[in-house]
Amino acid sequence: MIYGGRASGLLYLSPYLVGLAVFTLFPFVASLLLSFSDYRLQDALSAAQLVGFENYAAIVHDRTFGKSLVVTLVYVFVTVPLKLAFALFIAFVLNFRLRGINAFRTAYYLPSILGGSVAIAVVWRYVFAGDGLINQALAVLSANPVNWLGEPAYAMVSIVLLRLWQFGSAMVIFLAGLQGIPADLYEAARLDGASHWQVFRRITVPLLTPVIFFNFIMQVIQAFQEFNGPYVITGGGPLKSTYLLPLMIYEEAFKYFEVGYASALSWCLFVLVAVFTALAFRSSKHWVFYAQERGEGGQ
Amino acid sequence: MSSRESAGFQLRLRYAVLIGVGFVMLYPLLWMIGGAFRPNHEIFNSIGFIPREPTFEGFTKGWRTSTEYTFATYLLNTFAIIVPKVIVTVISSVLVAFGFARFNVPGKRLLFALLIATILLPKSVLLVPQYLMFREFGWLDTFLPLYVPSAFATEGFFVFMIIQFMRTLPAEMEEAAVMDGCNSFQVLTHVVVPVILPAIISVALFQFMWSMNDFLSPLIYLSSVEKYPVALALKLSIDVTEATSWNQILAMSTIALAPSLILFFAAQKYFVEGITVGSVKG
Repeated sequence: MIYGGRASGLLYLSPYLVGLAVFTLFPFVASLLLSFSDYRLQDALSAAQLVGFENYAAIVHDRTFGKSLVVTLVYVFVTVPLKLAFALFIAFVLNFRLRGINAFRTAYYLPSILGGSVAIAVVWRYVFAGDGLINQALAVLSANPVNWLGEPAYAMVSIVLLRLWQFGSAMVIFLAGLQGIPADLYEAARLDGASHWQVFRRITVPLLTPVIFFNFIMQVIQAFQEFNGPYVITGGGPLKSTYLLPLMIYEEAFKYFEVGYASALSWCLFVLVAVFTALAFRSSKHWVFYAQERGEGGQ
Repeated sequence: MSSRESAGFQLRLRYAVLIGVGFVMLYPLLWMIGGAFRPNHEIFNSIGFIPREPTFEGFTKGWRTSTEYTFATYLLNTFAIIVPKVIVTVISSVLVAFGFARFNVPGKRLLFALLIATILLPKSVLLVPQYLMFREFGWLDTFLPLYVPSAFATEGFFVFMIIQFMRTLPAEMEEAAVMDGCNSFQVLTHVVVPVILPAIISVALFQFMWSMNDFLSPLIYLSSVEKYPVALALKLSIDVTEATSWNQILAMSTIALAPSLILFFAAQKYFVEGITVGSVKG
């Protein structure tokens, strides 16, 4: 800290302090209050009335919410592990003195940059359309076409594949983590006669756990907020089979104008994400290995 | 098999996996670009992507759109949102990161914890109250809700990224500048900013991409078609012209992705650095 002056420090932080108060904390508290209110979007704010736990009671009995919750959990717990496993696998394959490693990294990273866009979601609709790319590929293999977007069982596949396609950002992070593992550790292990599997199990994985943890948290949070894919590709259907919670919250608020109900739903989503994040952080003490602990003979 | 043969086999296997995966990854993009240059009747006849009878019809008709505005309007709207957004994001993130990295302020630990917490907070919790607030401000159907919050360092990820960069800088340079009589703001603009320029470029690029991809905010805040950015215009075009004009939609999707594609290939180093600094070096 070479600069004194708390006042000037506060001055630098002032945009953040204002932003935190106005655009984050205030809406956060307002959202909680709204979740206990009966309020429709088109009414004046003064028309909002506190109704206690009515919205939450309604949620418990709302079958659409039940469906949406199940669909969201399936989406998160299918997408995140598959994406991380694939990203890690490709990072391992790439982490080798290969010629052209940069070209491959670029090719794999590109979809992560573009994949969140509406343009890609639109292309995805065509890729999975009745006579789209996937079904043409199936026809080449003389397999039967699949009604990807029209069958509840398959619609989720297209949404999940859109996110899996974007494994590149997680892979780039894994790759940087792998390249950060000191080469002398590997050499020492080899000299001691460790097998490939032992090296992987005892050196690579433990030293990579902080990166695995970081990627896991970021991917879980992102997956719980998925909106563009279901909105543009399937519209949440068929039969609500891709009706993820963020889409339900959006529709309750801006299509049915049930602001109080939508706010209660958003708090359910928030609690869900908070519980999973807290569990992940709590469990991390048991499996995430930080370099500083090495001195204490970390496992 | 000798160990050299087995190493050669391993290498070929690695290349086979990498090329196969790369092909599958890039194929949807190639198919999109190819489809943009094909007549409609050709798009769904084959699995290939190279047009047999190339045509610009998709581009010329798609550019006119089914609305009273051309696609140029939507592109201009997009930039009218993104350019101010990127500028205010960079300025506010650098100032706040400097405050966090270089000053002792009461409650700094709590403020930093809140910064991280906002990165983890699902945006849908804030969506409805923010909408109501901007409605009270009279900002609906303007671009203001789309970029004004960024002027207040609301995207914690960017602040965090720059803090991480600043932490790696040696103190000597800044100390020398202070000895020479610079105040902290002069040190920031003349010494720190030039050194952290790669981080600033990363922030600008990520914010550009994410704002190009942003769909939900324009969807709730903008109601007049003349103010639509590209993302909303594309969604509108699939709702209106779905069955008939696939090549127009693929052509406009290609144009919509072109700025991001060009930036990515021109500056991919910054994308890689930007995304790894928060996770690995942290």
